[in-house]
Amino acid sequence: MALVLTEEQSMLRDSARGLISDKAPVSHLRSLRDSKDPTGFSRELWHSFAEMGFAGLLVPEEFGGSGLGFMEAGIVMEEIGRTLMPSPFLATSVVAASALNRGGNAAQKSEFLPKISNGSLLATLAIDEGAKHRPLQTNLQAVRAGNGFKLSGAKALVVDGHVADLFIVAARTAGSAGERDGLTLFLVNPKARGVAIERTIMVDAHNAARIELANVEVNADGVLGEVDQGAALLDGVLDIGRGAVAAEMVGLSEEVFNRTVEYLKNRKQFGRLIGEFQALQHRAAELYVDIEITRAATMKALQALDADVAKAASAVAVAKARAGTTATRAVQEGVQMHGGMGMTDQFDIGFFMKRARVCEELFGDANYHTEQLARARGY
Amino acid sequence: MSETETADLEQFRNETRAWLEASCPPEMRKPATSDTDVFWGGRNAKFSSEPQRIWFERMRDKGWTVPDWPKEYGGGGLSAAEHKVLRTEMGRIGARPPLSSFGIWMLGPALLKYGNDAQKKEHLPKIAAGLIRWCQGYSEPNAGSDLASLQTRAESDGDDFVITGSKIWTSYANYADWIFCLVRTDSAAKKHDGISFILFDMTSKGVTTKPILLISGYSPFCETFFDGVRVPKSHVVGTVNRGWDVAKYLLQHERAMISGMGERGVGRPLGQIAADSVGSDAQGKLDDAMLRGKIASFDVDEAALAACAERAVDLAKAGQAHPAFSSAMKYYGTELNKRRYEILMSAGGVDALEWESERSRQGARPRAWLRTKANSIEGGTTEVMLGIVAKRILDLPGA
Repeated sequence: MALVLTEEQSMLRDSARGLISDKAPVSHLRSLRDSKDPTGFSRELWHSFAEMGFAGLLVPEEFGGSGLGFMEAGIVMEEIGRTLMPSPFLATSVVAASALNRGGNAAQKSEFLPKISNGSLLATLAIDEGAKHRPLQTNLQAVRAGNGFKLSGAKALVVDGHVADLFIVAARTAGSAGERDGLTLFLVNPKARGVAIERTIMVDAHNAARIELANVEVNADGVLGEVDQGAALLDGVLDIGRGAVAAEMVGLSEEVFNRTVEYLKNRKQFGRLIGEFQALQHRAAELYVDIEITRAATMKALQALDADVAKAASAVAVAKARAGTTATRAVQEGVQMHGGMGMTDQFDIGFFMKRARVCEELFGDANYHTEQLARARGY
Repeated sequence: MSETETADLEQFRNETRAWLEASCPPEMRKPATSDTDVFWGGRNAKFSSEPQRIWFERMRDKGWTVPDWPKEYGGGGLSAAEHKVLRTEMGRIGARPPLSSFGIWMLGPALLKYGNDAQKKEHLPKIAAGLIRWCQGYSEPNAGSDLASLQTRAESDGDDFVITGSKIWTSYANYADWIFCLVRTDSAAKKHDGISFILFDMTSKGVTTKPILLISGYSPFCETFFDGVRVPKSHVVGTVNRGWDVAKYLLQHERAMISGMGERGVGRPLGQIAADSVGSDAQGKLDDAMLRGKIASFDVDEAALAACAERAVDLAKAGQAHPAFSSAMKYYGTELNKRRYEILMSAGGVDALEWESERSRQGARPRAWLRTKANSIEGGTTEVMLGIVAKRILDLPGA
């Protein structure tokens, strides 16, 4: 497969870009933040997403979806990254839809996937417990009780947690924190007794929540995949999420870079355009190359996921690690090269810096993924 | 791609895989360990081993020393997609390139674009068959990064040019049969407008070469002197005084070639090489945590660059490549290769410091480490590459 977009993929990009740049420029995020919007995204826009087939982009056609692949999901994520649009697309359409599609039984798929496709159901994965992304450290307890389980514990950085209609919760049914065996995924109704949800207003003004489960009852048909053997399913779903976030970071990096280069071409000091200074030219050129390399690595990862999710781990680790360092560099250079203007809230650049920081933590930062690659290569 | 095309390509892959399995000697399935291990062709070419000869001849007979050149010039006539399959399959078994050649990497592409019929017919088949070894006469003592200020003169005399001047950093000029050379044919014109691109035989009267000893202890580069060298005007490639166009086009290929020179994906992974000297703990982690981190970061960047190199080829095929993108790749690839050798030296510790011994294969590692320092200078410095990216791709203002 060539690492260039096909004609169909270019059309998808154009239609996603058209909708997102028109309806959700950065000012959209700004107004949601400033008005302390209780939902944190636009439901109207989400319906447009569903009508265009984006909400069910990864859902098979038999469940009302578009049946497209991860490369296509990455294309939409990249456009979301360009305008920082708050959208359930990542949590619901990429991560939760993949978890249900890959791990769900026939009943679970036909119950939830059509609702994801038509935009009526929001879902999210609850994974992190500590300050850093460490999936195997999952310690939220699920103990057998009657026909099902009782879940107790806490999760952080649950994306869209305060608006989700369905939680997919990683829990420990056996073993102890750090072990691969004994992990299980559960479908949990946020309205179930014992669920406490605290919306956390984050630095990037995107949706997140902390949730606490206190003896929450889930019956046997709420198990997603196999009991105790959830690690493999979780690995795949997380890698899909990582590939998608890497794509968002590529879009974010490129947008902040384009804005910065424009500024270099317009801002005058010492009687010259500051873009004439070699000190800035070389830094801009280095950043350009960094972004191009990260874009290629991300496309490679999405392609690897499309070929076989179970074999994509190294390509995904490379992409997410690169995306983290590249986006961090892009936003820092963006603010620095904008000078004092870059420090003002009135200027959009700061929004990119904030979102990049959150994306870096989502599903593992550059250090985490660099470490994963070292382990995979046996040193 | 249609279903038939996909099926055809799969068939090509299967046939290629089987042929490579049957034809590539086991000795040719690992990276060359020294320069003498590389086959460069030419009038005085010698094979360093029987497997090297067999491998070269088999590949040459299929036209696969230059797989994507037209068959009429000794190439394999492969489509872009087939060429990619061949590269992938060669990479799969670690097969070495059968022939290393500036004729293949640099002159060939320029001749295919700018050469006339007679020039193509004369030179391309001999490049493909490894019969003529070429060198590149570009840099001069006073024209390095500012290449277009070159002063080697070519004066018109009837049907000939008479060439006088000197070149420097001419790779393997002392072994080369022919040279492709930039000369000034109009000294009154603006510096970019008076240059011509010309070909001549290194045995011509008036050509001398003098190897330059480098910090690595090797002499891969020469000073090359021209004292009234007489060359027919028919040897000019493209238009007289428009040689800068040819030179730039060739440089794009040279930069793409240099950016790929890092030993990506071949040989043992750095992490394992480091484990030999620094040791590992019970879980197999390198005992030097900081070194381990550097290696892992290097591996991330190396894998990402490999993806970008693959994408650059795909973009070029799709007609979407920026012509200056090879400068971007050249900058990053050479800086990464320097990082690789800094890690290798650090991992090797004391063992990597021996300069002359059997044990160290005559100081192979420190000499290779020092050699890599030229990567970000030759073919355009890192600073020149960044300048090109800034101006030609990003369209930033200024001189």
